[in-house]
Amino acid sequence: MFVVIVGAGKVGLNVARSLTHMGHEFIVIEQRRSRYDLLRPELEERLLFGDGTEMWVLEEAGIVRCDLVVAVTGDDEDNVVIAQLAKLEYKVPKVVARVNNPRNQPTFDLLDVDATVCAATMMISMIQHELPSHQFVPLLSLKRENMELVEIEVSDDSPSAHLAVQDIRLPDGVLVTAILREGTALLARGSEVLLPGDQVLCLLAPGREKDLIRSFLPSRRPEDVQAQASIDTISE
Amino acid sequence: MYVIIVGCGRVGSSMAKQLVGEGHDVVVVDEDPSSFRLLGADFPGQSIVGAALDWDVLRQAGIEGADAFAAATDGDNTNIVCALIAWRRFEVPCAIARVYDPRRAQAFAKTGVHTVCPTEQARVMMMGAVHSCPVSGTGE
Repeated sequence: MFVVIVGAGKVGLNVARSLTHMGHEFIVIEQRRSRYDLLRPELEERLLFGDGTEMWVLEEAGIVRCDLVVAVTGDDEDNVVIAQLAKLEYKVPKVVARVNNPRNQPTFDLLDVDATVCAATMMISMIQHELPSHQFVPLLSLKRENMELVEIEVSDDSPSAHLAVQDIRLPDGVLVTAILREGTALLARGSEVLLPGDQVLCLLAPGREKDLIRSFLPSRRPEDVQAQASIDTISE
Repeated sequence: MYVIIVGCGRVGSSMAKQLVGEGHDVVVVDEDPSSFRLLGADFPGQSIVGAALDWDVLRQAGIEGADAFAAATDGDNTNIVCALIAWRRFEVPCAIARVYDPRRAQAFAKTGVHTVCPTEQARVMMMGAVHSCPVSGTGE
């Protein structure tokens, strides 16, 4: 695989190092002279000096033959433009972009970036995961694969409480994968019984959240649960 | 006409003043409140401090009912992205972005955003000026 990485900050550099270990071919574009000079001894000719939102720089990097573009600069508008150019002008099969400010996530979604990574949002999800008051936490979204991973609590009045996984009635497109109980994770085998207070990890298709919330948290309005989760995620 | 202008620099501020003079409703958005000085103390339009990539700021500027959107900040990519948001998400009928880089201006023109490239216009005018220079030493 050949990967073009734009931005040699901490994220870009570590992506490059991982690709080296995995044996993939890549080139990193960096526009800050001092950062370029610092990393040149390590990355050698795999580091290119220039503005990765300039098309001639992307072309010099070999974007026309790349399999994946990773846009990980510190500026969201630059990452959006790189992702758009990769898709529209160069027909790159897959683009992954970093979202620096979670408030810009809707823009990346609007413009069909295949996959986005937002450190702040992930951090907040992890914190919510640790807080008992959060009954519903979206953990991971795989847009291209049309799949989401969410964590949801089993309430006392849930019709699924005290039932084995194989006996619970789940909405279509939802799969219970693991049960988190007293600090440990259990694989959600068919015979495993769900208890009130358990957190379950579910895989689901986007749009099934409301059905999921109805089956595990029947006394709460799905809209309120989702609104709470998204407020916690996007506010700064 | 209801017009949103992003970036209150030389171009944005003078567009705002001209449009207001023509009787249009104008909202100017800029991250830097001191930039609004260019509008003059008697500017009758609205000015909003904020980042134009932020959908809430755009909503506050009234993007949902806007007739035109013009992005003229000093960043090509900022102009492209906020004009894309105006065009694709809020369906503003006319979304304009100033883009200095001719290639990016051309590439993003295909998305439906109207790109204006001062570099390309300068090239055309400079070339015209060069071509119209009198040539000496080649006879009549």
